Amino acid sequence: MIMHKRASALAVHTILTLYTVLALAPIILVIMNSFKERKAIFASPLKPPTAETFSLIGYEKVFGDASIVSYYFNSIAVTGGTIFFTLLFGSMAAWALAEYKFRWNTLLALYLSIGIMVPIRLGSVALIQLVAQLNLINTLSALVLVYVAQNLPLAVFILSEFINQIPKDLREAARCDGLSEYNIFFHIILPLLRPAMATVAVFTMIPVWNDLWFPLLLAPTGGKQTITLGIQQFLGQYITDWNSVLSALSTAIIPVLVLYVVFSRQLIRGLTSGAVK
Amino acid sequence: MSEVKIEKLCKTFGTVNVLRDIDLHVEDGSFVVLVGPSGCGKSTLLRSIAGLEPITSGTINIGGKQVNDLPPAKREIAMVFQSYALYPHKNVYDNMAFGLKFAGTPKAEIDQRVSEAARILQLEALLKRRPRELSGGQRQRVAIGRAIVRKPQVFLFDEPLSNLDAALRINTRVEIAKLHQLLKATIVYVTHDQIEAMTLADKIVVLNDGRVEQAGRPLDLYYRPANLFVAGFIGSPAMNFMPAMVKAKDILDFGSGVNMKVRLPLSCRIGEKLTLGCRPEHIQLGQAEKLSLKGHIDIIERLGELGYAYVSLPNGNTIIVQINGEPDLKNGDAVSIRMSPKQIHVFDESGNAIELAE
Repeated sequence: MIMHKRASALAVHTILTLYTVLALAPIILVIMNSFKERKAIFASPLKPPTAETFSLIGYEKVFGDASIVSYYFNSIAVTGGTIFFTLLFGSMAAWALAEYKFRWNTLLALYLSIGIMVPIRLGSVALIQLVAQLNLINTLSALVLVYVAQNLPLAVFILSEFINQIPKDLREAARCDGLSEYNIFFHIILPLLRPAMATVAVFTMIPVWNDLWFPLLLAPTGGKQTITLGIQQFLGQYITDWNSVLSALSTAIIPVLVLYVVFSRQLIRGLTSGAVK
Repeated sequence: MSEVKIEKLCKTFGTVNVLRDIDLHVEDGSFVVLVGPSGCGKSTLLRSIAGLEPITSGTINIGGKQVNDLPPAKREIAMVFQSYALYPHKNVYDNMAFGLKFAGTPKAEIDQRVSEAARILQLEALLKRRPRELSGGQRQRVAIGRAIVRKPQVFLFDEPLSNLDAALRINTRVEIAKLHQLLKATIVYVTHDQIEAMTLADKIVVLNDGRVEQAGRPLDLYYRPANLFVAGFIGSPAMNFMPAMVKAKDILDFGSGVNMKVRLPLSCRIGEKLTLGCRPEHIQLGQAEKLSLKGHIDIIERLGELGYAYVSLPNGNTIIVQINGEPDLKNGDAVSIRMSPKQIHVFDESGNAIELAE
């Protein structure tokens, strides 16, 4: 019995280890090579940097270039702004749809769920026209607006499921306590929604941070590029500055990793426990 | 003055009448218990008083002011929920202080009121804990504390004890009774547990199918139930009922040759169908007398000080009889049962109680 258990545990761990190696290998490769000389990258791409091949030339170039640094801040601003507004409007809409009975409630929920099914990229041409008419080409606001629109449907969907799980008695107790509907939302519902919001934040953040499509279409120049787009300047038709590309990519992992760690702490916490028996 | 007056209250959900023509008067400082089977509308009535449920027609007055269209917060009520509904992200102190903070009460007064409530409910040591770190009984007390600090005109309790285990339930029941004496508060209390109703209430309101079946003092309901429903609902184990027919003047026939003499009022005609009711505690086993019926014991349940004998009669009815002490009886014994004429109840065909002739 114990042998059997050990064997199956071993099998599970083997499979998981293999998967982890497979998933991490490209990332490790990128980070490893970002610390090597150009020659060493091509000569022995799979070897870790040694004393002879070690070089920080890529990082020096990337951080020496003021525009690249500002691209980082662009990415952080766009991702941060998107998360903030998606969570704010998403939770408000989810609360309204879950809590209040009004005409068109079901229809509105259905309309929002269509947004989950239809890829927003299909509307790229119309979006460019719209953004151009609004004079928002080459601004970060254009990106934030589009990303919020892209992420809202799923956010509303997930958050309203969570709101439905918050006991109705809590909202009614708050009403008896004399809280206005806004205060109920901000002081009771939002704090209890934290785990759900962390989920939505993680779902939202990664595709937005990695996106190349909309930055390319809506903010390709004028110093408003995001980091994913900014890195492209190192990729030429004839020459590619691999040192810079790899170091830029390596550092681009850090902000999103930090955000993930912050949110994943909330993910695990079950805050609703103890509210009602 | 913090009385509650409800007149002609109706509530419909779509085509379903949940509450029909409810009239209810809760006097200042009294403890009124709404009791009834599940789905009878008692919780809906309480929630209507709280303002959490809009009413279809009728009026609700609290403290002499009509509150039909006021939101819950403006009605000066405080509600204790079955699930306690404590804010899980706030500690005990903040749970109690929360409503007051939003009402703009000065900090010093909040402090004073919360510590007063904490003292009454023995929560002083727990003020910094979160709800999930409390036991069921403690959460219950916090929920009551949250109601007390608001100094409402009326306290509303929605089955507050049903999540507690049996021992704690009895304790808390006593605590609530003491609290009522201490605060002299007006309380409306919903329960499906008739023992809670009997022990706590100044007035019990028995609801069934959205209607008030009877309202009155607990012992009035016990001794003089107005109809079959109330008679069967109040008392445990429930009252015995036997369908009968008036055979001759003052003679009830239960079928299969089982007869009994009862002083019926003159209005009862021969051939009229009636129901006879008698509580298990008002029946004695023993020698045959005028009002006696013969049967044999199916099962005896012994609980120590008292017990219950299930006696089947020749006509197929089973009568539950309370036996005191440990009499020498066993299953299968032939016995006769005796009901005191003053403690039987007779109901007409539509279920309403008939006053018996002296």
